[in-house]
Amino acid sequence: MAYSDKVLDHYNNPRNVGTLDKSKKTVGTGLVGAPECGDVMRLQIEVDDETGVIKDAKFKTFGCGSAIASSSLATEWLKGKTVDEAVAIDNMEIVEELNLPPVKIHCSVLAEDAIKAAINDYRVKNDMEALEFEEGIVH
Amino acid sequence: MSTLVSPIYLDNAATTPVDPRVLEAMIPYFTNKMGNAASRNHPFGWAAEDAVDLARTQIANLIGASSPKEIIFTSGATEADNLGLKGVADMYARRGNHIITTVTEHKAVIDTCKMLQKKGVDVTFLEVNEKGMITPEQVRAAMTPKTILVSIMMVNNELGVRQPIEEIAKVTHEGGALFMTDGTQAVGKIPVDVNAMGIDLMAFTAHKMYGPKGVGALYVRRKRPRVKVTAQMDGGGHERGMRSGTLNVPGIVGFGKAAELCALDMEKDHAHVSKLRDKLEAAFLEMEEVYLNGDPDARTPYISNLSFKYVEGEGLMMGFNQEIAVSSGSACTSASLEPSYVLKALGLDDELAHSSIRFSFSRFTTEEQVDYAIEKVRKSVERMRELSPLWEMYQEGIDTSTIEWAAH
Repeated sequence: MAYSDKVLDHYNNPRNVGTLDKSKKTVGTGLVGAPECGDVMRLQIEVDDETGVIKDAKFKTFGCGSAIASSSLATEWLKGKTVDEAVAIDNMEIVEELNLPPVKIHCSVLAEDAIKAAINDYRVKNDMEALEFEEGIVH
Repeated sequence: MSTLVSPIYLDNAATTPVDPRVLEAMIPYFTNKMGNAASRNHPFGWAAEDAVDLARTQIANLIGASSPKEIIFTSGATEADNLGLKGVADMYARRGNHIITTVTEHKAVIDTCKMLQKKGVDVTFLEVNEKGMITPEQVRAAMTPKTILVSIMMVNNELGVRQPIEEIAKVTHEGGALFMTDGTQAVGKIPVDVNAMGIDLMAFTAHKMYGPKGVGALYVRRKRPRVKVTAQMDGGGHERGMRSGTLNVPGIVGFGKAAELCALDMEKDHAHVSKLRDKLEAAFLEMEEVYLNGDPDARTPYISNLSFKYVEGEGLMMGFNQEIAVSSGSACTSASLEPSYVLKALGLDDELAHSSIRFSFSRFTTEEQVDYAIEKVRKSVERMRELSPLWEMYQEGIDTSTIEWAAH
C-alpha cells in the first residue's frame, strides 16, 4: 500500500510526541484502542484554566503509519483550540487531510475517540460532567 | 563491489530471484526451441519433449523420487496442493472421506480443505503447540477408518519450523492413509527424500528455489503404493492424464535447472544462509523484549520470524520499507485487518502477533546486506518504541495485559 505524502511526513516527523503529567488537574488523558486490534493511542491535552484554550497536546501511538499520522495531526489541530472547539473535530476531517484509504479510516476514528476521551478526562477532573458521544463507527 | 543496492531483499520466502544460470537455460525455449512438448512429429516438438524429460529427471533426483514419471507439472504449488487434495478426495471417495491437516498450513491447503468440507468431506484441522509443532501422536489420535489422507506441510512459510514428517508419515501409513506434504519452503533448501521420508504426494514450486514463477509440481508416488489423483481440469490428458494443458516448457526447463543447482549447492547455500540468519537473530535478540517465533530446535535457516514487542509491525516496517523488503504478521498488512492466523495459532500475545517481522534469506543474500538490515531495523524499532505508549507502560513496570482495553 502506498502512503500519502502527508502520512509519510507525519510518520517521519511526528509532531508533539511525548507525555504530559497526568496527575495535573489541567491535563486530560485519553487512552483508546487495544493491543489485540493492533493500535493503541494515548492523547493528552493541557488546558489553560483561565481561557479554556488547549495550550499543549502530546501523543504516543502503537500502530501503523496511518494511526501515527492521525494522532500526530490531531495534536497539531488541538493546540490553540478551546476545549469546546476541540470537541467538534470529526474523524472525516482527518481522513481528508491525510488522504487515508478506506481500510485506514478506523485510524481516524481512533484519533477522534482519543480526543474525546482526553476532553472527558479533563472535564471529570475539573468537576464537570462527562460529555456523551455517539458511538464511534464500529471498527 | 558493494551489494548494498537499495532496496535490499529479505523476503525470499515470498519468492526468490531467478538464478542467472537458470535464466540462461530457459532462454532458447522461448525463441528458436519454442516447440510444444506434445508435438510428436517434428524436431521442434522432440526438442521440447527432451528438455522436459531432462527437467523431470533433475527434479526427481532432487527429491529422491524413484522415477521422473512421478513428477506432475502444474502452474505452481497452489495448483499442486489443489490437485493433490481434491484429486485424492475424488479418487479415494469410496475408501473414505476423512482428511487430516493442520491450522498452520498455507491457504492453498486450508481453503482447499474448506472447499472439500462443503462437498461433504470430513476434515480435521490439528492445532499446533506454542512453537508451531505437530506431533505424530496427534495424527494417530485423529485417524479413523475413514481417513484417506494426511496433509501436513514440511516447512512452515511464516515460521520456518520443520514438522517431524517422517514420523507423521509412518503413523499415517499404519492407519492405512496416504501422506501428502506441502514442500514449498523445503524443496531445494533442505534434503528431501520422498522414499526415505514416506511421502506419497508433495506439492512444491520453482520460484521459491531460484526458478521462475508460474511452474510447480505435484509428486505422485507410483510404487508402494501406486497413488492416483483425479484430474481437476479437463483437456488433452497431459501429465499421465492427471493435469491437462500445454506444458510451460521454458518454465519447466528453468525449474529443472534450478533443481540441479539446488542439489549441487545445497550444503554450501545452507551454511551461508545459516551464518547470516544466526548473525541477524543474535543482533536482534540482544535487544530488550524481542522474541523468536517458532521452535528454535526444528527450523530451516531460511526463515526468521521475530516479534519486536510494543511496536506494531506495519508501523515498524514503514520506517525502512523503502530500503529493506521484509514481511509482517501484523493485521495492518492484510486487507482483512486480521493478524496472521499462524501466529495466532501459536497462542501468541496480541502484542507479539502484531509486532512480528519475517526475514527470509537466499543464496544471494550477503553479509553486508544483513548488517545494513540489522542497523536499519534496530534504529526503526528504537524510534517506534519512543512513540509507543505500550513501551512507556512497560518501562514504568505496568503490565499491559492487566489493563482493561476499550475494545473497538
